[in-house]
This record gives sequence, C-alpha cells and structure tokens, in this order.
Amino acid sequence: MSDTTVQKLMALAARQFDADVGALRPEDDLFEALGIDSFQAVEFISELEDEFDVELPDYELQGVKTFAALADKIDKRR
Amino acid sequence: MSDSPIRFTVDDSGVGELVLQREPCNEIGTAMTGALEAWLDALDTDRVHTVIIRSSVRGGFCAGADLRELHAGLVASAKEEHPAALRGFLERIHAVMNRIDMLPVTTVGVVHGVCFGGGFELALTCDVIIAEKSARFCFPELRLGIIPGFGGIPRLRRDVGNATIRDLLLSGRSVSAKRAHALGMIAQVVGRGEGLAAARALAEQSGKFDDRARRECKAFIKRLPTDELEREKELFVELALRPPLLNALAKFVESTDLRPYLP
Repeated sequence: MSDTTVQKLMALAARQFDADVGALRPEDDLFEALGIDSFQAVEFISELEDEFDVELPDYELQGVKTFAALADKIDKRR
Repeated sequence: MSDSPIRFTVDDSGVGELVLQREPCNEIGTAMTGALEAWLDALDTDRVHTVIIRSSVRGGFCAGADLRELHAGLVASAKEEHPAALRGFLERIHAVMNRIDMLPVTTVGVVHGVCFGGGFELALTCDVIIAEKSARFCFPELRLGIIPGFGGIPRLRRDVGNATIRDLLLSGRSVSAKRAHALGMIAQVVGRGEGLAAARALAEQSGKFDDRARRECKAFIKRLPTDELEREKELFVELALRPPLLNALAKFVESTDLRPYLP
C-alpha cells in the first residue's frame, strides 16, 4: 500500500462525509471512523473509482475494513 | 409525507413525476407493487406525454425486492404453499414491469445511489435512464441462489451484449454510472443532484414532438421480450424453491453487521 494512496483516500473520505481528516488513521475501520451506512459505502466506491481511475469489484472488497486495506486494493488495480 | 410508497403529480405541460418514497430504499414488496398497480390503473396517458420515475429517498433509486418481507412470508407459510405464493407475486410484478415498459408515453428513469436487483429491473423498464454520478447498478441475485426475477435479464439483453450481462450476473458486482454509460446500459450521466433537471429538460423537448409520431416510434423500437420473460419466471420459481434462497434470506435479515451481507 502506498502512503500517497491511503492519504488521498482518507482526504477523499473526509471530504465526502464531512469528517476531520486529521482524526483519521490508516488502521481505522472505515464504517466506524466515518459513521457511514452501506448505502453511503456503495456511493463511495464510485467516487474512489473516479478519483483513482480504477474499477473496484465488490467481491474484491469483501473483508476490507480499514483505510489501509482499501488503499492496498486500489493500488493492486492501478 | 403520506404512507404510500409512491406519489404522482402531473404538471400543466403533460409531464408526470412518479416519486418512489419508501424508506429505507424503495424495496419492492406487496405494498410497492400494489401502489404501482393502482398508479398504472389511474394513469391517463392522453394527459401525459412523459413520465419521470425517480426516488426521493437518500439511499438511492431502489434497492430491489423486499427481502425482509419475502423471508417473513416464506417462514410464516407452509412449504407446499410457496410455489403458488412465489408465482402469484411474480405474475403481479411482471405485469407491472411490462405495463410500465410498454406505456404509450416516454418514460425517463432518474437514478441516484443504489440501483440494485429489482430496482435495476425497474429502471430498465424506462425508455431513457439518466444516472447521477452517485448511481451504482448491480444484479446481486446469484448471491441469494436465484436469478433476477422481475424481467431484468431479458430487458437488459435488448440493450447490451451478452458478455456484459454475464459479467454482471456471474460476478454479482456493481458498476458505476460512468461504467454503465460506457457499456450502453444507461443513456446519460449527470452530476450529483442534477438528474431531475436533466429529465425535465428531456421531457420538455419530447413534449414538442408530434404525439402520434412519438408513440409510434417507441412502439416500433421497443418490444417486450415475451418468451424470455416467461422462461425467466419458470426458472426463478424453480431456483427460489430450493434451500439456498431461504438460507441466504435468513442470514440477511439476521445480520447486524454495518456492512451489507455479501456471501
């Protein structure tokens, strides 16, 4: 996982869900840190695909809990 | 807001707006089906040239079939009653989808957020789909041990190639509005919150066209895939009567996980 990807990912998440980016850490659970539901998570995948110019199939995201793990999945698709 | 899962208004120019408004995400069960049946019965197609179908709930256009109601219905009834009950509901929802599909007016689906399963199938009845950037489309049914049952596969087959449909069905993955547009599944992509304005602009333009030419054009270009729709109903009932569906539904309704249930 690149530091750049995870930082960019957290900044994007903070902007999208009005969170304090300074309070987010790579090892945080996304759903808990952002306080989002599954509908918001679905929308966020589109934002990520757009921002990083990748496709993120849902089945590859199963079990992904943290920003770091998600950043890793994004990097593997680039 | 009323208790009805939908509301319908028509403006002076003949543009109707059907708004899906059932929380959490317009799940299609007996209430939604009944409301759509009543709306179709009452719709005056001489007074309306375009119907915009959209959702007012935050989560999205429609999350598909009401899985909680389906689970409750199956659990509460004897196994021997399941075939007739499933078939009965399927006949009703197919009739609704077919009627919307073949309305002699222009239909524009405005999609945001979740557009999954039966919700995607409802969107596919529309002549033109306008998706906001937030929209995601998915056929997750194989995760439940079934196939899409509201006519989605035959309808999508009218518009896109088999390879695309196989990818969506056999992976159960969701695709963004941008990707759906590139694949030819939807007509337009617009920014977040811009879908209704884009649909109204399209409706205004469509309203300028000669009424008969517009209706004949739609009837000429858009046909009901009757044979495949019938076969789909048979296959759906066959698959739905097996244990995998009930097991998957039980896991879904019992899950308290923040994340969606994804087998």
